[in-house]
Amino acid sequence: MSVARFWRETPRRYNLAGSRCAVCGNVYFPPRAVCPSCPHHRQSIEKMLPFQLSGAGEVISYTIVHEAAEGFEMQVPYVLALVKTVEGPVLTGQVVDIEPAEVGIGLKVRATFRKLREEGKAGVIHYGYKFSPVVEEELGRRPAGPRASVPSPTGGHEQARA
Amino acid sequence: MREVAVLGVGQTKFGELWDRSFREIGIEAGLGALVDAKLSSADLGALYLGNMASGSLIDQEHIAPLILDYAGLAGRHLPGVRVEGGDASGGLALHQGYLAVASGLYDYVVVGGAEKLTDVSDEAATQIAASTADHEWEVVFGATLPALWALVARRHMHLHGTLREELAAVSVHAHEMGSKNPNAHYRNRLSIEQVLHAPPIAEPLGMLDCAPFSDGAAAVVLGPLEEAKRHTDTPIRIAASQVACDTMALQHRDDLTSVASTVRAARAAFARARRAPKDVRVVEVHDAYSISALVALEDLGLCEKGAAGKAYASGSFGLDGPLTVNPSGGLKAQGRPFGAVGVAQVVEIVRQLRGEAKDRQVPDASLGLCHDLGGTGATAVVHLLERAG
Amino acid sequence: MQAGIVSYGAYVPRYRITPAEIGRVWGTDGEAVGQGLGVRRKSVPAPDEDTITISTEALRTALVRGGIDPQQIGAVYVGSESHPYAVKPTATVVAQAVGATPNMTAADFEFACKAGTAAIQACLGLVGAGMIRYGIAIGTDTSQGAPGDALEYSASAGGAAFVIGTEHVIARVERTLSYTTDTPDFWRREGQRYPSHGGRFTGEPAYFRHVTECARRLFEASGTSPKDYAHVVFHQPNGKFPQRVGRQLGFSEEQMRYGLVTPSIGNTYSGAALIGLANVLDHAGPGERVLLIGYGSGAGSDAFDLETTEELASFDRNHGLPVQHYLDHGVEIPYAVYAKFRGKIHMGGS
Repeated sequence: MSVARFWRETPRRYNLAGSRCAVCGNVYFPPRAVCPSCPHHRQSIEKMLPFQLSGAGEVISYTIVHEAAEGFEMQVPYVLALVKTVEGPVLTGQVVDIEPAEVGIGLKVRATFRKLREEGKAGVIHYGYKFSPVVEEELGRRPAGPRASVPSPTGGHEQARA
Repeated sequence: MREVAVLGVGQTKFGELWDRSFREIGIEAGLGALVDAKLSSADLGALYLGNMASGSLIDQEHIAPLILDYAGLAGRHLPGVRVEGGDASGGLALHQGYLAVASGLYDYVVVGGAEKLTDVSDEAATQIAASTADHEWEVVFGATLPALWALVARRHMHLHGTLREELAAVSVHAHEMGSKNPNAHYRNRLSIEQVLHAPPIAEPLGMLDCAPFSDGAAAVVLGPLEEAKRHTDTPIRIAASQVACDTMALQHRDDLTSVASTVRAARAAFARARRAPKDVRVVEVHDAYSISALVALEDLGLCEKGAAGKAYASGSFGLDGPLTVNPSGGLKAQGRPFGAVGVAQVVEIVRQLRGEAKDRQVPDASLGLCHDLGGTGATAVVHLLERAG
Repeated sequence: MQAGIVSYGAYVPRYRITPAEIGRVWGTDGEAVGQGLGVRRKSVPAPDEDTITISTEALRTALVRGGIDPQQIGAVYVGSESHPYAVKPTATVVAQAVGATPNMTAADFEFACKAGTAAIQACLGLVGAGMIRYGIAIGTDTSQGAPGDALEYSASAGGAAFVIGTEHVIARVERTLSYTTDTPDFWRREGQRYPSHGGRFTGEPAYFRHVTECARRLFEASGTSPKDYAHVVFHQPNGKFPQRVGRQLGFSEEQMRYGLVTPSIGNTYSGAALIGLANVLDHAGPGERVLLIGYGSGAGSDAFDLETTEELASFDRNHGLPVQHYLDHGVEIPYAVYAKFRGKIHMGGS
């Protein structure tokens, strides 16, 4: 993968920068230029505003991968899950820091920041979100995760609602 | 629009064809279909070639003229079009050929599907299969295609009570059918125990829940129905050809256990043909993974949601019917040469409707359905085929 | 306005290995080695962790705890001797990952195990001069000892991040000073995978001399003595050195209690003293004086005279995990898995 191809997605991969339709209020990740939910799609053009996910969510499905995707060979068996975020969008990502047998539907997780893959020994390293279980000590507290605010075109900072 | 019929079919053996090249298998299938249709190449209007990934698999793009050239047709300067829709490329090519004949632009076209997988490693093939999913938001995060289908399986088990053994029954059925198909990649029978104890790929799916990587090619000749009797005693009418798309990534589906593109294409096809799911006697569904077959049968309206697994487990999809599923052996046993699959499904259904399927013949089949699928369902193609007159 | 610590966060990877397990592979009594070092377990990073990910986790916790708007961060300095890139900053990735870019400065610091405390001093300067509102200082490492070397029993992974500023300061920095000489006790040449060291030369002329001299100079400058401090934190390459230097200086076990974390997680190098400080802040109340003395081979010590403030009473340190969690938890792995995680197995092919 070219350096630029990964680099241009870093705001999304590092900070869960999504978008929110100013017309219907739906939240999307990755961000979209056109709202799929608005009955008149064109209404939403240029009204899709930056919106950052908190990274908090729960597992709605999961698999334990034994035959790895390229670059993930050293991590098998690894858990890949669909995580429904508290803001609505569902994300595909690894669940780390847990024994695979302990993962289940409904597991509360938060986004964490990990290496996704390396372009060989000499190449660039790609980073991005994975998920880790919310440990007991954290339950009942505010969920952790990336909190950085995203500058919006209007100059304000819209925060995740979590 | 003119009515369109399948006039001839051809297919290579599917499997690890170490001594055969992409162009060889493509030509064998195409010429086989032409001979079967009693047509000469002089009658041809165009070639539509379904292929998913020749660039990645054999470092060769621009393959439609390549096949025409080595079929000896370069001097006729026929139009050749490659069609790509992930592993639904074959079905999608058939849709394009159907439109071309129905519109009256061409009278006779060859629709081929060909893929050569064994010139790359299994690891590379796995990565190429994953390219039918969303690279930026699924694959980059560690998803493979079987892993994504495993996510569907887990959810299906959670919501609909599907059992691991029921998934295994899909593969057992496929191999039972494949054992009767001389073109099949695998002709061995499987037991539930074997499937359950196969090495895990992406839990709950194991190696024997996943279709193999195969080489292979298939082709059909299409022509106007009104001319069909000149070419065959049993013309097969394309009663409906429908394509539907959905979100690229699984994560954006409202219901993980249903593929909306399949639902939409099937509904449109039945409406177009003025038929209902209950009229279907034989079906070829895209069983790249055991779970894919369950979801397909439910989305096509052939089973109630959550009922397909039980039906497989009770052995009710055999040749005796009332519904026979994947008599070819499907992708699991007949094989999975990505872009050839959708065309091979049609080849199988045509043989069934003509009564030429020998050991695996479904009795009294008059309406058949083919279901081709790309990735986790971003593209679905449904064809209804009917014995004409 | 006096500068100090506004917020902090620590992170230690989940995996652990025991000295006994390491010794089993090399045919030595690892348990005895561990007892000699005062190290019960050391942390091991997962294959997808490095100093960039550890820094980011620690800093995200710190920013949430302090309610810090990342756009108000003017500098991010990451101190480590195990930056993932030889050329390309760790700090830019971390800054981007917390949303602090682009109106800021960033750099990586390297001074063996005291790069993190050096980063704190740099931030204090910028903040104190009014050049920036918040400065971020991180000390983190995923260090490795050569297989079979004494260092392998202690070299571990972890880090802590500190937000330095002048508003809502939870721990004022009353004074900081350093003691620096050219002392080659421990080094790693460019391109070398594992460090080399001078054996027992790392003790008296290196660690003990610098820590002791630095502490004495600080006491002198501040007019303090050990009894004035509720807590003391030393750099802790093992469990024994800090206890010995503490006793030599006249500190009690009670004063050293929270600052000593190496016995449970190993030597996190640039993270070691700072994770110790984070643990102290996890337990401290307002108005407690804290002495922090870092040490980096090569060699130098940075001393900090800190005093916690009333702000600490309302500080949201419940967010994220306390250091104690990392000391108490962890999943032990066998040496073979450790070797795989740490890239010690020669892989064939492309």
